[in-house]
Amino acid sequence: MPLFLYFCGLNTQRMFLLAITISFIIQKIILAAIIIGGSLGIALYATWAERKVSAVMQDRRGPTRAGPFGLLQPLADGVKMFMKEEIIPIFSNKFLFVLGPSLAMVVALMSSAVIPWGPDMKFADGTSFSLQVADINIGMLYVFGVVSLGVYGVMLGAWASNNKFSLLSGLRAAAQAISYELALGLSMISLVMMTGSLSLNDIVSQQHGFWDGNWFSWNVFKQPLAFLIFLVCSFAELNRAPFDLAECESELIGGYHTEYSSLKLGFYLFAEYISMFITSVIISTLFFGGYNFPGMDAVATMVPSPLFSIICALVLLTKAIGFILFFMFIRWTIPRFRYDQLMNLGWKSLIPLALINMLITGAVILYFNK
Amino acid sequence: MDIYQIICWILSIFTLGCAIGVIMSRSPINSVLFLILTFFSISAHYVMMNAQFLAIVNIIVYAGAIMVLFLFVLMLMNLNSDTEPQKNFLIQFAGVISGGALLLVFVAAIKSTFTGLEGKMIDLSQSTNIGLIQNLGTMLFKEYVFPFEIASVLFLSAMVGAVVIGKKDKQLSTTE
Repeated sequence: MPLFLYFCGLNTQRMFLLAITISFIIQKIILAAIIIGGSLGIALYATWAERKVSAVMQDRRGPTRAGPFGLLQPLADGVKMFMKEEIIPIFSNKFLFVLGPSLAMVVALMSSAVIPWGPDMKFADGTSFSLQVADINIGMLYVFGVVSLGVYGVMLGAWASNNKFSLLSGLRAAAQAISYELALGLSMISLVMMTGSLSLNDIVSQQHGFWDGNWFSWNVFKQPLAFLIFLVCSFAELNRAPFDLAECESELIGGYHTEYSSLKLGFYLFAEYISMFITSVIISTLFFGGYNFPGMDAVATMVPSPLFSIICALVLLTKAIGFILFFMFIRWTIPRFRYDQLMNLGWKSLIPLALINMLITGAVILYFNK
Repeated sequence: MDIYQIICWILSIFTLGCAIGVIMSRSPINSVLFLILTFFSISAHYVMMNAQFLAIVNIIVYAGAIMVLFLFVLMLMNLNSDTEPQKNFLIQFAGVISGGALLLVFVAAIKSTFTGLEGKMIDLSQSTNIGLIQNLGTMLFKEYVFPFEIASVLFLSAMVGAVVIGKKDKQLSTTE
C-alpha cells in the first residue's frame, strides 16, 4: 500500500523524479542550451584570444586578415577543419577512434551542469527561475568525478590510433591525470572542511559579498594554499603548458592526436578550450566568490531581480575570462616540464602540501569551534 | 507501470547487458569499456535509491581511477584476440572449478540476502535519506567507527606494501 501511494505521487518530497513537470523540463533544457551554446561561443573566441595573447607576448600581430582585429578567424578555422579530408587509419579500431574525440567533447561540457551561474531570478508574479541546471548536494564531488573521467577521451583515442607516439602520449596523459587528481582532491577536501558542504550553491552563498565583517569572505583569502594547489593541478588536468606532456611536439609529434585529421582533430583541440573555460568558472566558483561581487547588496536593491541575476552571471563570466587569460599567459611564459619533474612535483610536493594544508585547516577549525 | 518502474526496468536490463558484455567480449579493451558502462549503470541505480554520494563515489573510484589503471596496463600489453595464447586443458579445468566455486559463494550470498527481505529493503514510500552524505557520515563515525578505522589501517598497510614492492633495490642495482 505505501508503494502504491508513492507511485501515485502523493509523496512529493521523496524523489525529484516524480516532481518533474513539463515546464520544469523545458526550463532546464533552455538553460542547458544557453549554457552549452555560451560555452561553445566563449571557447571559440578563446582560440582567437590565445593567438592574440601569444602574438602580443612574442611581439607579433596575430590574426588580422579575417574581419576587424581578425575576429572572424575562429570561423575561418572551423571552415578549414570541416573541409579537410577525413582520414581513419586502416589498422585502427574504428569505433574507439571516433569515440575518443566525442568523449573528450562530452566530458568537457558535463561539469557545467552543477555550476550556479547566478542567484535565482524572481519575477513579479512570484515565480522564480534558477540559474543552475542541477542543484545536487554533492556538486563538488560531481565536478571531481567528471574531472576523473576526462582522461578517457585522450586514452581511447590514443590507443585506437594504433600509433606508437599516440600510445605513449595516452599513457603519459593517464599517469599525469591520476597523479594530479590526488592533489586536486586533497585540496578540495580542505575547502569542504571549511565550508561544511559539498553543494556548490552553498559554497557560493557562503562567499556572499566581499567582506563578512571580520575577514574577506572569498575562499581564496581563507584557503590560499588550497587555491594554489588546485590551480596547478588544473593545469595538469587540462593538459596545458607547462604540463602538456601528452602532446609534446618535440618528442611525440602531436601526441594523442597525431593520427587525427579534419573535424575529429578539431573536436580534440576545441574540447581543450571548453574545459579551460569550465575549469576557469569552477575555480572562480570555489575560490573567487562565484557570482558574488563587492557591493552586491546595494546593486540588488537598485535593480529588479532578473536583471540582478544577469549582472551576477556577467560577473562570474568576467572572473572566468580572467582565469582563461591567466592560463594563456602561463602557457606562453613557462617552458614545458620534463616528465620526471612533472611526477616529482605532483607526488613529492603537491600531495604533501595538500595534506599539510588539510591538517592546518582541521586544527584551525577545531580551535575556533572548541 | 509508471515512470519510476520503467526507468528501473530499462536500467536493470542495460546493467545486465553490459555485465554480460564484460565476460563475452574477446578483446580485453572492450571488456574494460563494458565494465565502465556497468559501473555507470550501477551508479544510476544508486541515484534511483537517493544515494547520491555512493553513486558519485562509485564513479570517481571505479570508473575514474581503477578502470583508468586497467586500461593503462592493457594498452601496454597490447592483447589482441589473434595473439591470445592457447591455454592448455588443465588451466581451463582449474578455471572452471574456481569459477564454479565463486558462483556457489555468490548464490549463497544472494540467498542469505533474500531471507528476511522486509528489514533490508529500502522503503521508497518513506523519504529515505540514508544515502545522503550527512547521514552516511554520521553513521560511519558514530555506529561503525571501529570497522571504518580498521579498514583505513588496512588500506594504509596495503599502500605501504605497494611502496616497498615498488622501491628500487639499491644493493641490486649497484652490483649489476
